Amino acid sequence: MDQFFFYMFSAVILVMALLCVTAKNAVHSAIFLIGTLLGVAGLYLHLGAEFLAGVQVILYVGGIMVLFLFVIMLVNIDQTLKEAIFSGQWKLGLIGVALLGVELVWFVAKGTGLPEKPETHAAAPAAAQLGNVQQVGDVLFQSYLLPFEIASILLLVAMVGAVVMAKKRI
Amino acid sequence: MAHEYIPIFIFLAVAGAFPIVTLIAAKLVRPESPFKEKLLPYECGIDPVSDARGRYTVRFYIVAILFVLFDVETVFLFPWAVRFRQLGMFGLAEMVVFLALLIVGYIWVWKKGALEWI
Amino acid sequence: MSYLDQTLHLFPETVLAVAGTLIMVLSPTVKNARWLGRIALFALVLALFGSHVSYHHGEYMGSAFDGLVTNDAFAILFRQLFIIVAALAVLSSFDYLKREGIETGEYYALILFSVVGQGLMACSTDLVMIFIGLEISSISTYILTGYRRHDARGIEAALKYFLLGSFATGFLLYGIALVYGATGSTNLAAIRAAIPQANGPLVAMGAALMFVGMAFKVSGAPFQVWTPDVYQGAPTPVTAFMSAAPKAAAFAMFLRVFLTGLTPAAGYFWLLWGCAVLSMFVGNLGALMQSNIKRMLAYSSIAHAGYVLAAFTTRSAMGGAAAIFYLAVYSVTNVGAFLVVAHLAGKDESTVAISDYRGLGKRHPVLAACFTIFLLSLLGVPLTGGFFGKFYIVTSAVAAGLPGLAIITMINSAIGAYYYLRVVVTMYMEDAESPAATPAVPASGTLVLIFTVIGVFALGVFPTMVLEWASQAADILK
Repeated sequence: MDQFFFYMFSAVILVMALLCVTAKNAVHSAIFLIGTLLGVAGLYLHLGAEFLAGVQVILYVGGIMVLFLFVIMLVNIDQTLKEAIFSGQWKLGLIGVALLGVELVWFVAKGTGLPEKPETHAAAPAAAQLGNVQQVGDVLFQSYLLPFEIASILLLVAMVGAVVMAKKRI
Repeated sequence: MAHEYIPIFIFLAVAGAFPIVTLIAAKLVRPESPFKEKLLPYECGIDPVSDARGRYTVRFYIVAILFVLFDVETVFLFPWAVRFRQLGMFGLAEMVVFLALLIVGYIWVWKKGALEWI
Repeated sequence: MSYLDQTLHLFPETVLAVAGTLIMVLSPTVKNARWLGRIALFALVLALFGSHVSYHHGEYMGSAFDGLVTNDAFAILFRQLFIIVAALAVLSSFDYLKREGIETGEYYALILFSVVGQGLMACSTDLVMIFIGLEISSISTYILTGYRRHDARGIEAALKYFLLGSFATGFLLYGIALVYGATGSTNLAAIRAAIPQANGPLVAMGAALMFVGMAFKVSGAPFQVWTPDVYQGAPTPVTAFMSAAPKAAAFAMFLRVFLTGLTPAAGYFWLLWGCAVLSMFVGNLGALMQSNIKRMLAYSSIAHAGYVLAAFTTRSAMGGAAAIFYLAVYSVTNVGAFLVVAHLAGKDESTVAISDYRGLGKRHPVLAACFTIFLLSLLGVPLTGGFFGKFYIVTSAVAAGLPGLAIITMINSAIGAYYYLRVVVTMYMEDAESPAATPAVPASGTLVLIFTVIGVFALGVFPTMVLEWASQAADILK
């Protein structure tokens, strides 16, 4: 059953990603990207990371895709429909991907195979009864409080960037 | 673990099947007489001249990116809210510092007039 | 340890972040952005002073926040370097921004935030923190690159930098994820402890991906293609800043991650060696063909990244010290050189061709002399800091049993002589047909020139001062 869901979500991700890069219309690409992102959310769910799955849906499918669609609407879609989707270097890219694939297979074959589920990652056993979101909360606001606070500076800088770059007068 | 999600999957399946089933059912029941005017947005008045998917102004983009940034902020609020009691005053202080920086950003955006449609 | 004590470990970052937000709050109401620049300058001086005190009194040293950050000699040296570079950039921006008509408070706030990110990159011992620091530093720099929004080349540079930089960050993040998957931790010490039992190929793959991301950030070949376009398109004070501070920060993170986190997976030696040699040749040979001074200095900065990578390749404490010393020398010199360029750039950066420097020796002898000093230091002439920088790199390469690398480094220095001296010859031996007016150097610019010239000579005559500190900093790189 576990395996079935894993392969199902993986298939969704791969098919949607392929459709996304091969679709001629950018809006269709964005819709297929939503499929990919939902597939990733499914994988997170399958791994027991409910919070991450929720974040994936809220942020990526909800927020970032809206941004993507706005950006697509900034460009002239009629114009892009007339142009080729792939640049002349797609054969080179294919060779690169093939090489990377061979490398990956070689690494996995050479090593002890893909890693087993490591034991060290799990939160403290006492926390096991808590839900996923509670566990994230405990870790994020206690041992990782510094990255959390610093993230606000990152968001602030992004905010400045968006306004400085896109506003007519600053 | 996985069986907890079975109701959700059933829900998703029903939700996904619903439009398909209704569309097919409507197709079977309704009388069919297509003509061109039916496909226009307005049956009377001026005929539309161009595609609705024209180019949008960049102002939408500022609004969209600000939305995403504050969306990220709310995502951080969620795990904090569910552990609010356990984290106590310290957790509150952490969140106040985090929000203070973002509120500075909000005030800045507002004062700069980036939220105005001019 | 209370949280206040732990926050004081990050005193410079805290001060700069608070000052940055203060500038943002004030910027919509304060009409004269120069005042906001002064606030930024004051915050930078305060941060420098604070980190100096904490280093010499030994208080607030060591790790904090559950081992996420550490305040050691390495972190403090780099941090002070970033702060000095940022202060010099702010000082020289006053005149430049006014000329271009783009003086706003956000510019100064972004520089401060960028330094916050760089400081975190230098002092973090956890991959999560390093990544967030890198993102803060990078995003601020992307925006600063496109700050001349009326200029198509500036926008193009910002877009290229942003797209390629994000792509490289993706590589880095994927590498971090793989290393975490293999070792079960993001803490560098824990990663190192876990590597012997970890899945070797997975660690190697993660390390290789991280290498790609970091080599991009230090503009090491073959990931250097963005450098000339971005350095050319960015406002020149920003070019000065980003050719020094984010680059040194990227090297700080590179050294710390690869030498304290991943050492046991030693398979990356040839990766480093190849990147170093390629960077030196691409940088120096590329610089030979440039007619634009900013592009020439951009290619030269690729070559300098190659020299630092050569010191890095030795993977010894001595090489680490040589790399750190070289970065300090290079930063001060390069900032000085770009600031001369910024002053002479003219409105809309119209006079940045090498041919525009003809006759500068007569038109403005002081500026020409300063520029000559910087170019000679970049070349590595004795009495300037650049000489000892190269000298230590070559010595450490020989000591580590890499004579080939030492010879390649020296050959490349010789190639460098051609294009650096060509500019000097242009300034003194050729006469301009229609000399452009050379504006007088304002007080802030004079201060910058005095500081950088003294810095170049101080590092060249009394190198031990900084070198001892660098060796102390490199002690952690084992």
